[in-house]
Amino acid sequence: MLPSILDGVFNGLSIGSILLIAALGLAIVFGLMGVINMAHGELMMLGAYTTFVVQNGFRRMGEPWLQFYIFFAVIMAFIVAALVGLILERGVIRYLYGRPLETLLATWGVSLMLQQFVRSVNWVLVVGLMVFCLLYFGGLWLVRRRPDFERIRGWAIAILLALSAGIAWAVGSVLAQTYGLAMTKPWFGAQNVDVTAPRWLLGGLPIGNYQLPYTRMFIMVLTVLCVLGIYWFLQRTAWGLRIRSVTQNRNMSACLGIPTRKVDALTFALGSGLAGIAGCAVSLLGSVGPNTGQNYIVNTFMVVVVGGVGKLVGTIVGALTIGILDYVIGTGILALLFAPIQPLTDFFTFFATTSMSKVLVFFLIVVFLQFRPAGLFPQKGRTVDA
Amino acid sequence: MTRQFGRRKFLLYGSATLGTSMLLKACAGGTTSGTGTTESPAAESSPATGTTAASGDAIKVGILHSLSGTMAISEKSVVDSTQLAIEQINSAGGIGGRQIEAIVEDGASDWPTFAEKARKLIDEDQVVVIFGCWTSASRKAVLPVFEEKNHMLFYPVQYEGQECSKNIFYTGAAPNQQIEPSVDWLLENKGKEFYLVGSDYVFPRTANTIIKAQLEAKGGTTVGEDYLPLGNTEVAPIIAKIRSALPNGGVIYNTLNGDSNVAFFKQMQGAGLTPDRYPVMSVSVAEEEVRAIGTEFLKGHLAAWNYFQTVETPENEAFVAAFKQKYGDDRVTNDPMEAAYISVNIWKQAVEQAGSPGTPSDLEAVRTAAYGQKFAAPEGPVEMKTNHHISKTVRIGEVRDDGLFEIIYETPGPVDPVPWNQFVADTKGFTCDWTKTGVDNPGKFQI
Repeated sequence: MLPSILDGVFNGLSIGSILLIAALGLAIVFGLMGVINMAHGELMMLGAYTTFVVQNGFRRMGEPWLQFYIFFAVIMAFIVAALVGLILERGVIRYLYGRPLETLLATWGVSLMLQQFVRSVNWVLVVGLMVFCLLYFGGLWLVRRRPDFERIRGWAIAILLALSAGIAWAVGSVLAQTYGLAMTKPWFGAQNVDVTAPRWLLGGLPIGNYQLPYTRMFIMVLTVLCVLGIYWFLQRTAWGLRIRSVTQNRNMSACLGIPTRKVDALTFALGSGLAGIAGCAVSLLGSVGPNTGQNYIVNTFMVVVVGGVGKLVGTIVGALTIGILDYVIGTGILALLFAPIQPLTDFFTFFATTSMSKVLVFFLIVVFLQFRPAGLFPQKGRTVDA
Repeated sequence: MTRQFGRRKFLLYGSATLGTSMLLKACAGGTTSGTGTTESPAAESSPATGTTAASGDAIKVGILHSLSGTMAISEKSVVDSTQLAIEQINSAGGIGGRQIEAIVEDGASDWPTFAEKARKLIDEDQVVVIFGCWTSASRKAVLPVFEEKNHMLFYPVQYEGQECSKNIFYTGAAPNQQIEPSVDWLLENKGKEFYLVGSDYVFPRTANTIIKAQLEAKGGTTVGEDYLPLGNTEVAPIIAKIRSALPNGGVIYNTLNGDSNVAFFKQMQGAGLTPDRYPVMSVSVAEEEVRAIGTEFLKGHLAAWNYFQTVETPENEAFVAAFKQKYGDDRVTNDPMEAAYISVNIWKQAVEQAGSPGTPSDLEAVRTAAYGQKFAAPEGPVEMKTNHHISKTVRIGEVRDDGLFEIIYETPGPVDPVPWNQFVADTKGFTCDWTKTGVDNPGKFQI
C-alpha cells in the first residue's frame, strides 16, 4: 500500500512539476508584465530543438561527454530562448505594450512563423537572412550618421530594403544552385526529431512493485532549481528589485529613474529563457517537433490564470493542484476511494479516462474561476486595475 | 514625422512587401527545386500537336496528399513512392507508348480541402485516376465526390474497414489483414490479457471495437482501454492504470497516432514497463516513426504490417534500391509507401488490359479490368479482388537495434481481404462484390 501511495504522490507531483516548469516563464511574462505571449509554446519548442542540436554535437564528441550533454543543453536552451525572446521583445512586443489584443495576435503570428521556421530552416534561408540583416541594419546604421537622415529616411529605408532583400535572395539562389542539396536540405524538416536522455536518466528507481522514472525526478529537481533561482533573482538582486517595482507601479518607477524599457526587455528575456529550459525538460518525456509547443500552451495559460496573475506562488500552487487533480481523476483512484457509495463510484469511473478527466478538470477550473475570478492568490493593491 | 499615408509611405511599404515576397519565394524555390514535384518533361510534351509525340498525349493522373500540415510528415513519403512508380513506368516506355503525367495537389491536412482538390483534379485537370488520401477522415471527405463523378481513387493506407465503395480501390490492409491476425498471434504467443490504448478518433475506436469482439470470441480478456486526445503527451495516468490492471505483465495493443506515440514509449520505458513483460503491438508505427521516436525506446516492441523494409524478396530489394537512389540513402520505405507503389502498378496493368485509360467520365473498362490483376509486389504477390481490396501477406515485426524490423511471423501466403468485419454484430454476414449482379447493393449484401 505504501509504495502505491508514494507512486501516486510522485506521479501527481511530477505532472504538476511539468506544468509548473512550462508555466513558470509565462508566469513572469504574462503575470508580471501582462503580455499575453502566444509564442511561449514555440519558445519551449526552440529549447527542445536546442537540446536536440546539443545532443548531436556531444554525440560527435564521443562517449564520456555524451552522458553529460543534458546539463549543457539546459544552459544552451536558456540562452537561445532568451535571445529569441529578446529579439521578439525589441522587435515586436515593445511597440504593443498596453494593447493586449494586438499583442495576442502578433505573438500568435510569431508562433506560426517560428513553427514554419524550424520546418523549413536550411543553410540557404539562414545565410539569406543573415546577409539581409547585415546589409539592411548595417546600411541603416551608416545612413543614420548623415546629418540629413530625417529628410531621406523614407527613401533610404525603401532602397535599403529592396537592395538588401534582392542581394540576399541572389546570394541564396546562387548558393542553392552551386551546392545543391547540401544547402537546400532542411536542418530538421517537418518530421519530429529524436531526443534521447543520457543513459543514466533512462530507467528508474525501483520501489517495491513500482519504478519512479529518473527523467521525471530530473525534471522535478530542475523545476525546484528554477523556482529557487527565480525567487533569488527577484528578491535578492538589484535587477529583481527593479522588476518588482516596475510590476507594481510603472510610472512611479520611471520617475525614480528605473530604466523601464531595459527592465521590460530583461523580464521578457528571462521568461523566454525559462520557456527554453522547460522545452529542454519536456523533450525528455515527449516528442520534439514543430508542434511541440502547441501541446503545452493551453495548459500553461490555465495554470497561470488559476494561480492568479502576477503571483509566482499562485503559479506554483496552481500547477501542483492541477497536476495532482488530473492524475487522481484520470487514474480512477477517486473511484476506489468512494467505493462504498455506488453513484459516486460510477461518476468517477466515467471520468477515469484521459480525455474525460480533462473535461472534469476544466469544468472544475471554470467553476472555481466563477467564485475566485482572480485566481488562487489574487494581487492586492490600488494599482492592480491600472 | 507626419502621419499621413503619402506617396513616400506607399513606396516604402510597397517595396517592403515586394522584398519580403521575393525573399520568401527565394526560400521556397530553394527547398523545392531539389525534389521537383511534377513530372515536368511530361508536362512539356503534353500539349502534343501530333508532331512531337507520335504516340499521343500524356495520360493525366492526380496525386492528392497533404504536403503541409500535421499529416505532411507521413503523406510526403507516400507521394515520393507514387512518383517513383510513375517514373519507372515512364522510363520503361509508358503505358502503350503514352507517358504518365502526374498532377500533385496538396490536401493540407484539412478534410474539406481534400474534397475541393479532388473536384479540381477531376473537373479541371481531367485526370483519369487519383492516387491519394491517408487519414480515414480525408477518405470519407472525398468519397462523395468520387461517387458523384463516378471516378476512381486508389487509397494506400491500412484502415478500419467497414467500407466498400465502387469508386475506391483500397491497397492498404483491411482489419482482417493487419489487426485480426496480430491479435491471434498475440493470444498464441504473448498472453491473454490485453490493454487497449489509442488516440481519440474514428480509427482507434473502430479498431478497438473489433479487437474487443475478437478477444471475446477467442478467449482473451480486455482488462482496460483508454484514449488520448490527439497531440496529448501526458501519459502518466495511462501508465499507472496499465500497471494496476496488468500487475504481472500483459499485452498492450497500441493504436495511438502521431506525437502521443513518442511520449508513450519514452514514459513506458521510464516507468520500467519493458517489452519482455509488457510487449506493445502497434499498428501505426512503421520505419519512419521508429526513427522519430528513437530506436532505444522501441527496441523489442512489435508492429503489424503487410510490408517492412526488411522483407526478403527480389522485388523489395529492387524497390528499396530504386527508392534510395532517387531520394537519398538515409530514407526508409514503409507499408503505405509500398501500397502506393502497388496502386500505380495495378492501375497500369488494368489500363493495359483495357486498352485505354478511359476518359474522366467513363472508367468502367479500367475498373472491370482491374479485377483479378496480379502484381509481384515488394511484399510478395498481391491480387486485386472484386471487393476492391487486395490480398496481402500479413507480417509481425520486432524493432531491431538499427531501427528496422526483424520479421518474426508471416502468413504462409496472401490473406484475402474482408472489408465488412465479421466480429462486429452490425456487419456480421455481410460482404462486398462489385461484379455481382442481382443484389440491391453490391457494396454490402448478406452472403
